[in-house]
Amino acid sequence: MKLKEIVEILSLKPLVPSAGLEREVSGGYVGDLLSDVMANAGEGNIWITLQTHVNIVAVAVFKNLSAIVTVNGRMPDADTMEKAAEENIPILLTGKSAFETAGKLYQILNAKGIQG
Amino acid sequence: MRAGAPPRRYAPAMKAKIDRTYEGSFHIVGGDFSRAGEASTELKTILLRMGMDEEIVRRVAIATFEAEMNIMIYATAGILRYTITPEEIRVVAEDMGPGIEDIELAMQEGYSTAPDWVREMGWGAGMGLPNMKKNSDVFRIESVVGEGTTVEMTIRLGDCGEENR
Repeated sequence: MKLKEIVEILSLKPLVPSAGLEREVSGGYVGDLLSDVMANAGEGNIWITLQTHVNIVAVAVFKNLSAIVTVNGRMPDADTMEKAAEENIPILLTGKSAFETAGKLYQILNAKGIQG
Repeated sequence: MRAGAPPRRYAPAMKAKIDRTYEGSFHIVGGDFSRAGEASTELKTILLRMGMDEEIVRRVAIATFEAEMNIMIYATAGILRYTITPEEIRVVAEDMGPGIEDIELAMQEGYSTAPDWVREMGWGAGMGLPNMKKNSDVFRIESVVGEGTTVEMTIRLGDCGEENR
């Protein structure tokens, strides 16, 4: 499923204009512990988190994640956005909680036959 | 491309042919989180440029990033050295830090001595050393309290040595 479709359905706000939304999403992962995401997120997953500091971009790069969603309206730090633009990682903002975002994303992906 | 040059053909993806030993190192300064991941990113780029298998590169990058983070979190400074041979990739992370009192305990998932401000960033969950071990085929750690810690991680090339994963 294309990231663009998910952004539209969940009304996510893309914060990195240069990072395209045409990429394919393989599933999702929720976590605020960076080493847990490093260990357990899958390639192409959307990562839902409340962390906003610059290290999240490195995690997304090393795991080849399709996007980072920051929840509860938490705006990423300026250096996070800068790094994300440099590394071509989409960051998507939502005012909703991690629970609600993950629940909806799970439904959407499940309906398309994507699990994980 | 130079004018008049024939169109360049790119070879299809193939296994890296490493014909000699490559070595290099990165210096890491403790506490400078804004630069976290730079050394690992550079190593990842070097490996990809050599045509290494993506799965191997992913494992090296994650193990190296965790080692890099540990130096940033706990040590004053450290050095990451890498050696690439036809058989393996070896990364040695050596730091000037407080050292680890009980290595067996430190290797347990969930055990951490990280300060609160590090935990608030989502680091220090006690998963770094286990992640390094999980992504390595051979993992060694030595530490002297008050002097520092050295971690050596080897990832085998060729048949990928899956036994430790």
